[in-house]
Amino acid sequence: MNDIATHPELITAKPARRRANPLPYLLSLPALIVCIGILIPFFTAVWYSLESYNMAFPTGRHFVGIGNYIDLFSSGTFWHTIVVSMVYMGASVIFELLLGLGIALLLRERSKLNNIISVALLMPLMVAPVIASLIWKLMTNPNFGVYAWIVNGLGFTNFGWASSPDTAMFTVILIDMWVNTPFIMILLLAGLRSLPTQPFEAAKLDGVPARFVFFRITLPMLMPYIITATLFRLLSAIQEFSIVYGMTQGGPGDSLMVFQIRSYIDFYQNTNVGRSSAILMVLWAITFGLSKLFVNQWHAMRERSKAGA
Amino acid sequence: MSDKTKDAAKALLAGEIDRRGFGKRMASLGIGAAAANFALGGVATEALAADFNWQAHKGKTLRLLLNKHPYADAMISDLAHFKALTGIDVQYDIFPEDVYFDKVTAALSSHSNRYDVLMTGAYQTWQYGPAQWLVDMKPYLKNPAKTAPNYDFNGIIANLRDSDAWSGVPGEALGSANAKQWAVPLGFELYNVSYNKRIFDKLKIEPPKNLPDMIEIGTKITKDAGGAYGVAVRGSRSWATIHPGYLSAYTNYGARDFEVKGTKLTSAVNSAESKAMNKLWVEMIQKAGPKNWATYTWYECAQDLGAGRCGMIYDANIIGFFENSPGTKESGHIGYAAFVPNPKMTHATSNVWIWSLAMSSFSKEKDAAWYFIQWASGKNFGIYGGVKKKLVDPVRNTTWHDAAFKARLDKNYPGFYEAFEKTLPDAKIYFTPQPLFFNVTTEWAAMLQRMVAGQVTIDAGLDKLAAHIDREVKSAGI
Repeated sequence: MNDIATHPELITAKPARRRANPLPYLLSLPALIVCIGILIPFFTAVWYSLESYNMAFPTGRHFVGIGNYIDLFSSGTFWHTIVVSMVYMGASVIFELLLGLGIALLLRERSKLNNIISVALLMPLMVAPVIASLIWKLMTNPNFGVYAWIVNGLGFTNFGWASSPDTAMFTVILIDMWVNTPFIMILLLAGLRSLPTQPFEAAKLDGVPARFVFFRITLPMLMPYIITATLFRLLSAIQEFSIVYGMTQGGPGDSLMVFQIRSYIDFYQNTNVGRSSAILMVLWAITFGLSKLFVNQWHAMRERSKAGA
Repeated sequence: MSDKTKDAAKALLAGEIDRRGFGKRMASLGIGAAAANFALGGVATEALAADFNWQAHKGKTLRLLLNKHPYADAMISDLAHFKALTGIDVQYDIFPEDVYFDKVTAALSSHSNRYDVLMTGAYQTWQYGPAQWLVDMKPYLKNPAKTAPNYDFNGIIANLRDSDAWSGVPGEALGSANAKQWAVPLGFELYNVSYNKRIFDKLKIEPPKNLPDMIEIGTKITKDAGGAYGVAVRGSRSWATIHPGYLSAYTNYGARDFEVKGTKLTSAVNSAESKAMNKLWVEMIQKAGPKNWATYTWYECAQDLGAGRCGMIYDANIIGFFENSPGTKESGHIGYAAFVPNPKMTHATSNVWIWSLAMSSFSKEKDAAWYFIQWASGKNFGIYGGVKKKLVDPVRNTTWHDAAFKARLDKNYPGFYEAFEKTLPDAKIYFTPQPLFFNVTTEWAAMLQRMVAGQVTIDAGLDKLAAHIDREVKSAGI
């Protein structure tokens, strides 16, 4: 015979305990409210993306299902947007990682000078990206810009910077690197300085070559930091707007027509809410996929390190 | 205020004396310019109030959404007179042009009642009107209880009045009988040549007569002026690149944006006339334009003219006014010339941009908002803005015929008035009104960039653009 049969008071005791303990629900309430705050606009955008909805044609609004998505994916210009966004994201993050890691390695030793330099290098991170693009627009102006003057002095007399389709991508990636490399640098520097010293001391005693130490000890141990920094930067770079819009508004031609700019122009200029929302949904899917990939990778790495321990 | 001061101000407002005469009378009374202006404002307020109940909405508050522009600055500087005249309080938010229309779209699309009156361009009303975000002001104009008897809407230059009125039927002419008056003009700009006289004198050249001439002269400046380049025109990936000099020249070569057959629109950007004009335009930018043309907006064109970095601009005539004013490097060196791009044509066909005032459909103070709009687009404010502030080009014929306004231009901006007069008769909006204006013109600018960069030939580029526009038009059901 079970406890309930022998002690019937237990049947009533259980619900009473539930009523008396609302704390877990209260604690999770703020998260729930935030979640609703995010989900309402999200599902509204999902709904809009399934409609033919241009605000300038209010009577023409109707449900089209996946019509907007079919239109997008059957358009060459949208595939071009995907390619441009991917190139921008990939190139900027790779270069920033390499540069950030290099600088972090140089500043690894704790010293007054290194601390001052690392703080100074953080300055561009404090500049709003749109302001950075305006600064760079001036610095690359062929009439009076300092960079234009330097490049001209090096013999590149017709270097177009952001105004030429050949160099526009290079220019905006350069600005992105200027703004965001410090973010990666500071994250990796924190990681490097928190690594245990024993493996490095042992390698030094054994006379292990520096290249071996870097690839076999430093890099694997630093990997969680690299993955975190990469994830943040990838998500931010695929959603880039300010730098590109500030420099070229997506031009010349369609050379820098990334997701956000296409969506922004469709909404604010063309008042085409349906298509703009569909573009953002595709961007969301890519962003979600990337995050999932990296978070899974991060979990797998943690499991491996637990198993190793 | 003494009786003599009042009499002089009344005489001026009645047209019995001109501004110069008023100034002399004030000087003889020992009254300075600022005090005279104040007196004039006071009498103008009294005069306005005399035959119309301007105080009908006393105690109400209006909120304006304004773009940072000298025209808005002129309006803001005279708000005290509006408040004194009507007893209506006015508050405003003002935003730089880069973000201004985003703010307008956000405010109107959310059906916010925060703003009663907003600044807009005519092209924007082709979206905002059909979306039912703006109020048709024709009923107000026809209602004598709401419109002052001396307002004289017809005193606004006809092409500008019509440009702000559209029926909402794609392709139907602006200002047609069934058109709705979505906005009322405040100030405008037309497109001719402003040039640097110092550079032109140094090279012993004359302002260009037509587009081929502009290419030749511009190329010479780029080669021989010692640093300055030939011609500044806008080039950013924006609708704003298409509507100034480019569309004025495009029209002058006989090209149109659309062919209208009934209610059906077909893109005409790949017509023979368009291709002929585009070949010249692209050649001009390649040979005589700024190196970073693809990032050029109004601001870069203006700065280059004011700093002596370009020989001339083919853009808004008011840029030539602003850059010739004290404070710029080339102040006093800017000349003005009417421009007929097509050698076979005898007159200019300038497109126009009109800063206008519109009333939000979501305003809770529509009648008070209409009071503000008629005050700001009225005769007295037009003259005040034109004579005392930088409200050039004013929209009323009375301002252009005002002796003090003309004297101001002739004294400090010689040639401005003449170039304006030559360009005005056929200055109007040459785009076909339709709600996809921004979509079409932004893609147009992108294709122009590709043609200038040599990514696509002119023939192929324009054919591609026409196909794209036709797809968009079809998809919108126009």
